[in-house]
Amino acid sequence: MRKVAVIGVGNSRFGIRNDVNVSEIAFEAVKPSLEDAGLAAKDIEFVALGSVGAGAWYEELLPAVIVGEYCGLTKAGLMRVEAACASGSAAFFSAYSAVASGHVDVAMALGVEKMREIDTPTAMEWIGRAGYYFWEFHNFGLTFPAYYALYASAHMAKYGTTEEDLALVAVKNHKYASMNPVAHLRNKVTVDEVLSSMVIASPLKLYDCSPMTDGAAAVIVTSEEKARQLKIDTPVWVAGIGYSSGTANLSKRQDFVGLEASVLASQRAYKAAGITPDQVDFAEVHDCFTIAEIMAYEDIGFCPRGEGVKLLREGQTEIGGRIPVNMDGGLKAKGHPIGATGCSMIYELTRQLREEAVEKGRQVPLKNYIGLAHNVGGTGHYCYVTVLRR
Amino acid sequence: MSSSSMPNVRSKPITIVEEIPIGKTLKFWEGLKEGKVYATKCCKCGKLYFPPVADCSDCLCSEMQWVELSCEAEIETFTHVVIRPTSFCQYKPYTVAIGRLKEGVKVLAWITGFRLSQVKVGLRVKLVAKVDAEGNATYEFVPLC
Repeated sequence: MRKVAVIGVGNSRFGIRNDVNVSEIAFEAVKPSLEDAGLAAKDIEFVALGSVGAGAWYEELLPAVIVGEYCGLTKAGLMRVEAACASGSAAFFSAYSAVASGHVDVAMALGVEKMREIDTPTAMEWIGRAGYYFWEFHNFGLTFPAYYALYASAHMAKYGTTEEDLALVAVKNHKYASMNPVAHLRNKVTVDEVLSSMVIASPLKLYDCSPMTDGAAAVIVTSEEKARQLKIDTPVWVAGIGYSSGTANLSKRQDFVGLEASVLASQRAYKAAGITPDQVDFAEVHDCFTIAEIMAYEDIGFCPRGEGVKLLREGQTEIGGRIPVNMDGGLKAKGHPIGATGCSMIYELTRQLREEAVEKGRQVPLKNYIGLAHNVGGTGHYCYVTVLRR
Repeated sequence: MSSSSMPNVRSKPITIVEEIPIGKTLKFWEGLKEGKVYATKCCKCGKLYFPPVADCSDCLCSEMQWVELSCEAEIETFTHVVIRPTSFCQYKPYTVAIGRLKEGVKVLAWITGFRLSQVKVGLRVKLVAKVDAEGNATYEFVPLC
């Protein structure tokens, strides 16, 4: 296996982007990633596009082809990758593998999602169906907030986690999103505002939920030799990737206080990177709902099971704390364009590790120059954990 | 419908209805109409499955027998769904729970017959088969007596 470097990243502005179609928003990520790498579209030999809502919440069934044509990527090896909300990370893994294996020298992972072309109840319908339609949606109408709410209720019952604790995740992530120009929700919120927002699926309220967001992110990877040839100043290396999956039926899970897929994926990622969790300087974790960030701390070994809220209450996951988490605002406030999220996490890790161009107040202090991205698909149906190192 | 202040073209609307085969688990659906909730059990390795399956993922055996569940359950977790998807908008907000049966399998279903404040992790309930107002066979958790 060859060493693989991230050499170009781009991220569209996230938000309700009714001003652009799927190709145009992808272009907003592809162009800066190519400029960042100093490459032209024709130099990209392989493209893995992560997207979930093709033909459902946006109109194109074959987005990789549509976007490929629009961005000048036609003729590259091409695929669409689906791993629900982890599709972007799965696309990154595909691009990484294409280079690591020696199949190609330059590959692109591109995540894109257009979620706001349909009405909200229909969007809730589509996303709710994305668990196990037949056994958990058809008769019972589970929504995505409801799936995570099941975990929140169990976590609260077992560990005494409170609704105020959940609110702290939203407060933190909105605070950092307010400094991030690409973020969807740039308003700061208070614990009281979170607690008084409308109930979506108890105990989760509106401000416990990530928004439905339009967005795209692109990442270009290459081999060590090619990176040297291209005279890349600050390559960021892929230190290790771990992956796992969980059952489709939530009713087949052992418990509802953590995601086993996250535990296994992170263990594999640490092993592949040859590191322990305490060596990670900062992380992007999958906070599609506030409870998900607390479970992530525990699942990926930042603290023992049940002590995630302690990290939050002590401010240990803010800048100045032990391990800053989601300094871009996270899914919660930067937004969660489902298929783009994984690539957007890599975009953020790369910029932080380069210590460049990150907005004032968001740059994390780096000791080991190691960042981690934890990307969950569904409710622990898929999980990818990616470790980058400068 | 979504309303955008931005210029747009509306896509052609389509209606999609899938006909989902249930031939291999037909007894389960017929059982619900008779007030019974069935699981399947692998004839070779003995693993019990709910929801019922026609093939054992543990030993790959396709010889399964039907087992009626006892229906005593303990709630492991729950949520009250307020914001509903399109196809459930005609219902009032509903409560969904996952209950563990004494046979060891877990079931996800609506829980009815309780005030929301009464539903707690650890609550003991009964799983019952039912045919809803629209004639669909389903199952739900209800009070023990």
